[in-house]
Amino acid sequence: MARLVGRRFTDWLPAVVVLVGTIGLWELVIRAFDVQEFLLPTPSSIARTFWNTRGDLWAAGWFTFQEAFWGFVLGSGFAILVALVLARWRMVGTAFMPYAIAANAIPIIAFAPITNTWFSPLDKSSKISIVAVLCFFPVMVNTLRGLTSVNPRALELMESYAAGQMQIFRRVRIPTALPFIFTGLKVSTVLAMIGAVVGEYFGGALNALGVQILTKARVSQFQEAWAGILLACLLGIALYLAVAALERLTLRWVPSTSE
Amino acid sequence: MSVVEIKDVTKRFGETTALQGIDLEIEPGEFVSLIGPSGCGKSTLLRIIGDLIQPTSGTASVNGKPARQARIDRDYGIVFQDAVLYDWRTVGKNISLPLELARWDRRRRAAKVKEMMELVELTGFENHHPWQLSGGMQQRVAIARALSFDPLLLLMDEPFGALDEMTRERLNMELLRIWEASGSTVVFVTHSISEAVFLSTRVVVMSPRPGRISNIISVDLPQPRTATTREEPRFFELVTEVREALHLGHDTEKAPA
Repeated sequence: MARLVGRRFTDWLPAVVVLVGTIGLWELVIRAFDVQEFLLPTPSSIARTFWNTRGDLWAAGWFTFQEAFWGFVLGSGFAILVALVLARWRMVGTAFMPYAIAANAIPIIAFAPITNTWFSPLDKSSKISIVAVLCFFPVMVNTLRGLTSVNPRALELMESYAAGQMQIFRRVRIPTALPFIFTGLKVSTVLAMIGAVVGEYFGGALNALGVQILTKARVSQFQEAWAGILLACLLGIALYLAVAALERLTLRWVPSTSE
Repeated sequence: MSVVEIKDVTKRFGETTALQGIDLEIEPGEFVSLIGPSGCGKSTLLRIIGDLIQPTSGTASVNGKPARQARIDRDYGIVFQDAVLYDWRTVGKNISLPLELARWDRRRRAAKVKEMMELVELTGFENHHPWQLSGGMQQRVAIARALSFDPLLLLMDEPFGALDEMTRERLNMELLRIWEASGSTVVFVTHSISEAVFLSTRVVVMSPRPGRISNIISVDLPQPRTATTREEPRFFELVTEVREALHLGHDTEKAPA
């Protein structure tokens, strides 16, 4: 476990102090200045609501998490495949890369209402598709950069062993690209949860987390809305940490990830 | 039969002529250094021997075969200035990489890695990762990797150029020991005059623009070379001879201006 987290408790202590301090200050300020609940509820009331509605909340969170997860897996997986093709056949790469970079600048989430009409808004696939597109670009761009940033000497060495392209990819390009791929994947985990929740704001199943947050806010149940937001944060962090743990397991050779 | 045979090789990169009219033969068991200022094409010549670069005209053959065939047959091992170890592989796995590509079975690979680790005196470091090793140790791993599949020819491109003087001199001694033990032929690119004289049986002096061979100096120092070789009068005479040959090449370059 220590290796997965990578740091000892004493290294975490300052961060924990900041967290506890922030929550404490938040609570204190709201009580002291008597801030209206629709503006900002106290952390303690959010926590209470979170606990009391945990059954419904968890069902909604799980529904949305599945959308985020599968969108992430599909988008990232496809991105890695495309990057491999673009790195292997440079002509294809130079033809497509400018558009890929341009597409990366598009606010893809703006397409969420469109995917809602392509697939049923009630169906998970409408959110999975928007999440997949969101996750695609950071992973693809990072993977391609990794695959092509190999030390030229390392390639000459493989050439001196009369190694074929497949062997060069398997033994040099892909291992070199792995840290880049994980950077892309970590960016994507954050986008995945954002994509799923915001996608649901444009319409989705009643038991989806985004829809729950939206409807609770509309009927002024702000504590419930905030509890939903809290869960969305926790799920996003969980997905991020899972990928970070996978990174540590995979990249054991990198000095910064070992002890 | 010569190990390396270069016939009238010319190499142009666009407008610049990197090498012009190079002829060179290297016999089995020789230790030949290529020395010259930056831009004299010594690294390019080494890469032409290794078929990593193709000459514009002329031919390069290794072990009586065209350089390309020799590369495919894995007739040579190569060592660069930086060790180019694969970070994700342990030291042992780095050394066995060419053996994996040559489809040696696991047992034979393990035995060979053990032998090579002994040769470069790194026994006990098989399971270390490259970043845990000093620069000198990394370069020894690179040498072990280049020799792991018993090539008859070892190509070295300024292998000790990035190391401090102390480490460099120690590795020079070690390289000579390995060269004698393996019986291979070495082509060694260097910037250092004393290193070239100390290691070589022949020093090929090159001059730039266009890159060409300006002089070949036979080194008649007795074998095996030892630490005291560097203190012999003959060593200093040869160092002076190489230095003058280098400056001569430099002067002819400046003369027309």
